[in-house]
Amino acid sequence: MKFAVVVFPGSNCDHDAFHAAKEVLGQDAEFVWHKETDLRGADVVILPGGFSHGDYLRTGAIARFSPVMNAVKSFAAAGGPVLGICNGFQILLEAGLLPGAMLRNRDLKFHCEHVHVRVEQTDTPFTLACLPKQVLRIPIAHGEGNYFIAPEELRRLEQNHQIVFRYVNAGGEVTDEANPNGSLDSIAGICNEQRNVVGLMPHPERACELAVGSADGLVMFESVIAALAQGTLPGAERASA
Amino acid sequence: MRARVFVTLKPSVFDPQGKTIVDALHSLGYGGVEDVRQGKYFELELAAESSENARSLASEVADKLLANPVIESYRIEVVDSPSVTTK
Repeated sequence: MKFAVVVFPGSNCDHDAFHAAKEVLGQDAEFVWHKETDLRGADVVILPGGFSHGDYLRTGAIARFSPVMNAVKSFAAAGGPVLGICNGFQILLEAGLLPGAMLRNRDLKFHCEHVHVRVEQTDTPFTLACLPKQVLRIPIAHGEGNYFIAPEELRRLEQNHQIVFRYVNAGGEVTDEANPNGSLDSIAGICNEQRNVVGLMPHPERACELAVGSADGLVMFESVIAALAQGTLPGAERASA
Repeated sequence: MRARVFVTLKPSVFDPQGKTIVDALHSLGYGGVEDVRQGKYFELELAAESSENARSLASEVADKLLANPVIESYRIEVVDSPSVTTK
């Protein structure tokens, strides 16, 4: 499998994602500069974390206009699996590939810590190998991860089973204390209606080896490898139904 | 032609920065400040021949880039000549 890791000016988790794909999982991986216009035959696209364009204006607001984003949109429209991590998630929101928007964390603090997230949907290419309601311990590092969406659209997200991750406590329960940033409904990650585009604020690529404190993020990479090996991406049936 | 664009969070969207500022003002003794909403202000220099064209151009860039319609709304003022207010 070939992973493309898109690099924007200000990306800083690009090497973490590359390392996870290439060194930990032994897959083919390539960096793709944001000025490029094709994804070089990648099977999976990762928009990594960081501070693209210095977070100027709004997080992800300028990166969405990078030339490579046209290729990412076409790739996603054709059903290709796309994962946006942290700033990558923010870019997907600004680009309209995922619904909603990010606000400043409710306490205005930059949170850099390990949190627990619960896998709410296992029929996306990035959660296929997870157990239902599996709790993952992975780090967050963001100042604007306070997910917002209008009430009627939140209902649509729930109806379509698009909420993929929620912040929970170690016991797997949604509580206000376990919500690090004030996200609506404790939402940590979502997918599109077709289920092939997934975005989340926590960093699975920084939790792929026990030496860095957790290997819980590995399952997301294993999931997409399994999804691609199957030939048909999960969720396609539901999306076309 | 110059346009001023004021971008603010929609009334239904919580503004953590505005809340922090109003709390600070209250602790400074300004109980009369009941609420604060923080926003962004842009000054656009436009190659436009009429104020209608200027407004339309400013509105287009506000829709496309300056504001995120999911959480923000904006207001535009068009001014014929740059006005300078000094204090």
